[in-house]
Amino acid sequence: MKPRTKRFALIAAGIVVLCAAAAFVLNAFQSNLVFFFTPTQVSKGEAPKGRTFRAGGMVKEGSLVRDGNTVRFVITDTVHEMPVTYVGLLPDLFKEGKGVVSQGKLGEDGMFVASEVLAKHDENYMPPEAQHAMDEAAAAKAAKSVQTPAPIKGNP
Amino acid sequence: MIPELGNFALMLAALVAVMQGVLPIAGTLVRNPQTQVTLQSLARPTAALQFVLVAFAFGALASAFLNNDFSVLYVSQHSNSLLPKPYQFAAVWGGHEGSLLLWVLLLALWSVAVAVFSRSLPLDMVARVIGVLGLISVGFLLFILTTSNPFERLLPAAMDGKDLNPLLQDPGLVIHPPMLYMGYVGMAVAFAFAVAALMSGRLDAAWARWSRPWTVVAWTFLTFGIGLGSWWAYYELGWGGWWFWDPVENASLMPWLVGTALIHSLMVTEKRGSFKAWTVLLAIAAFSLSLLGTFLVRSGVLTSVHAFASDPKRGVFILVFLAVVVGASLTLFAWRAPRVALGGRMELVSRESFLLANSVLLVVATAAVLLGTIYPLIIDALNMGKLSVGPPYFNAVFAPLLVPTVFLMIPGSVARWRDANVREIAHKLRWTFAGAVALAVLLPFVLGGWAIGAAVGLFLGCWVALGTAQQVLERVGKPGRIGASFWGQHIAHFGMAVLVIGITGVKCYEVERDVRMRIGDVVTIAPYTFRLNSLDEVRGPNYKAVRADVQVLRNDKIIEILQPEKRRYFSSAMAMTEAGIDSGFMRDLYVSLGEPLDDARTEWSMRVYYKPFVPWLWGGVLLMVLGGVFAALDRRYRK
Repeated sequence: MKPRTKRFALIAAGIVVLCAAAAFVLNAFQSNLVFFFTPTQVSKGEAPKGRTFRAGGMVKEGSLVRDGNTVRFVITDTVHEMPVTYVGLLPDLFKEGKGVVSQGKLGEDGMFVASEVLAKHDENYMPPEAQHAMDEAAAAKAAKSVQTPAPIKGNP
Repeated sequence: MIPELGNFALMLAALVAVMQGVLPIAGTLVRNPQTQVTLQSLARPTAALQFVLVAFAFGALASAFLNNDFSVLYVSQHSNSLLPKPYQFAAVWGGHEGSLLLWVLLLALWSVAVAVFSRSLPLDMVARVIGVLGLISVGFLLFILTTSNPFERLLPAAMDGKDLNPLLQDPGLVIHPPMLYMGYVGMAVAFAFAVAALMSGRLDAAWARWSRPWTVVAWTFLTFGIGLGSWWAYYELGWGGWWFWDPVENASLMPWLVGTALIHSLMVTEKRGSFKAWTVLLAIAAFSLSLLGTFLVRSGVLTSVHAFASDPKRGVFILVFLAVVVGASLTLFAWRAPRVALGGRMELVSRESFLLANSVLLVVATAAVLLGTIYPLIIDALNMGKLSVGPPYFNAVFAPLLVPTVFLMIPGSVARWRDANVREIAHKLRWTFAGAVALAVLLPFVLGGWAIGAAVGLFLGCWVALGTAQQVLERVGKPGRIGASFWGQHIAHFGMAVLVIGITGVKCYEVERDVRMRIGDVVTIAPYTFRLNSLDEVRGPNYKAVRADVQVLRNDKIIEILQPEKRRYFSSAMAMTEAGIDSGFMRDLYVSLGEPLDDARTEWSMRVYYKPFVPWLWGGVLLMVLGGVFAALDRRYRK
C-alpha cells in the first residue's frame, strides 16, 4: 500500500469506528432515559406501562405500611395519589409528609412497583422533581378554581 | 473585624491578580527589550503576593469558623458550636462560597509552585504561564466577590450555627475536597502551559516536557481525590455502593478521563513531536471540564436546575466565565494551530497509533458521560420536561468503551515508536495472552460461578497485570539505570489492573441481604454468620446513636464484632447511618442499620453485605497514585 492510501485507510477506519461508537452511545442513551411523571399525569394515564419511569411528590401521612421487607406507601401531589410498593430498606430521609422520588414500573392494577426509592443527602432538601409535582398540581388546582365559578357557556 | 480584613485581602488579591494576568503577558508583546524584561519579571512576585493575600483571606475565614463567629452568614450556615474543632476547620470548604475560596487558594498555590520550580524555563514562557493563571484567578476572585462572598455578615448574629451537614463530618470528607481541587486546579496549569505555547507559537517538544510533570501531579491528585470520594460514599452513605454515576461523581470523572488521555498524549508530543494539536485540545478540554465540574457541584445547578432561577447572577457568571475560557482558548487555537508544524511520521501500527486510539476512546467515553450528565439539565432548563439518565446507561456505554482501552494498554506499551510490527507484538505477548485467558476461564469457578462478564473483566485485569509484570521483568533483566518514570508507568498500569479485577469481583460476586433482626437473630452468608448481639444507646459530641453489636462467626468462632450505628444529630434531627465494616484482603463484610420496625425499637431492618474485592478498588487507586508520584519524580524533570 502506498503511504497515501494507508493514511486514507487509517482516517476512514477511524471515522467508521467513531460513527459506530456514537451510534452505540446514542442508542444506549435513548433506551435508558428515565422520564418523570407526577401522580396527576399517572392518573391521567400519561405514564407508560411496562417501561421504567420516575414518580414523585409527597409521602401521604399515615399511608406507610410495612409487611416484612415490603413497604407500601402512597405518593400524593395533593390532588391525585398513587400507591407504591417497594421491597427493601428505605433511605434515612424517607418520612411521611416529606418529598420522595421513586423509580419503577407501573403494574396493570395501577400499583407502582418501585425498584428504587431515592435517597437524598439533606433533610431540608426537597427533590426538585417532587417539588415540581406539587407545584404542577397546585397550579392546576388554582387554574380550576378560577374556571369553575364562571364556566363559559353559549359557544358550542 | 477579622472577616472584614479577609474581605479586604480578597479585593487586594483580585487587583494583584489583574496585574499578574495583564503585565507579564503584556511584557511578551512589547518591543522594547528593557520593558520586556521588567514586565515579564513581574510574574513571579505578583504570583507570590496574590498567594499571600488569598491565604490571609482563607485564614480569616478559618478563624471565624474556629471562633464560632456566627455573625458571619456563611459560618452560621455551616458550623455549630458543638461541632468538633477539626470539622469546624473543614467546614470552611463545606459550602459553595468557602469551597470557591479554597479553589482560589489552591490556584494561587499552584501559581507559586510554577514560579518557584520554573528556573529552567525561559522568562517569556514563565510570564505567559503565570499570566494565564492570573487571568483565571481574576475570574474566580470576581465570582467570589460579586456573587458568593463568604465574609457576608448576618445581622443580627445567629445564636448558634446550623451545623455542618452530618454526612460531611468525616475524616474522608475533610481531605477529599482539597485533593480533588488540587487535581482540578492542577489542570489549570496544564491549560496555562498549552495556552502559553499557543501564544508563543512554539508548540514543540520542550513545551510538552515542561508541561508533563505538572499534568502528572494534577492527575495524581485528581485520582486520589476521586478515590477518596468513592471510599467515603462506600462507608459513609450506608448503602455499600462505591460509584453511583451521580452527576457529582461524573463531574470529577470527566476531567480524569481527559487528563489520562492528556498525560499519554503529552508523552507522544515530547518523544515524537506529534499530536501537538490534539494534546493542546486535550489540555483545554481537561481544564474546561474541571471548571464545569467545580461549578456543577458547588453552584447548586445539579441538585436543582432552579438554582439558576433563585440566584441568576451566579448561573450567568458561570456560563459567561466558561464561555470566555473555552471560547478564548479555542479561538487562540484556531488562530495558531495551522502554524504548528506536523510532527514525526508514524505508521499504521506503532506506539503512537495505539496511544492515539486510546486517547480517542477516552474522549468518546468522556463525551458519553457528559451527554448523560448535562442532557437532563438542559432539557429541564428549556422546560421540556423532567427526565434522568440512570446508571444503566453509563454501565451500558462505559464497559464496551473501556474494554478495548484497557486491552490496548499492553500492546501499546510494548509496541515500538514510529513503526511496529503486529506479528512481533503478538509473538511477544502470546504467553501473557494465554495466561490471562486461562485465568479468566478458571478464576470465576473459584470465585463462585462462571459468568461471561466476570470472565471478560478478569481477563482484562490479568492481561494488564501479567503484561506489566512481563515488561518489568524484561527491563530489570537488562543493564542500565531504570528511570523513575518507568516505574511510574508500570505501577500505575498495575494499579489499573487491580482496579479492574476489583470492579469485576465486586460487581459479579457481591451478596446483599436486607433482613429484619431482633437481638439474638442470625443471618448467614456462607461461610460467615452474623448475629445481632445487643443494641445500645450511645452519645457522641453532637449526636446520639443506637449502636448494634453484631458478631461475625466463621466455623462457630467469632472473628470480628461489627458496630454499625444509627445516629441522630441534635442540630438537625437528621438520621445518619454509620456502617460497620470488616475489611480483609479479599473481601469486606458490611453491616448497616436500617430503621426500627416496632415501637419498642427492638426489631430493626438491617443490611448485611458480603463484598468481595472491595479493598482492591482502593488498592488499585493507591497504586495509580503511587505511579503518578514516581512518574512526576523522574530525574529528567528536575533539570
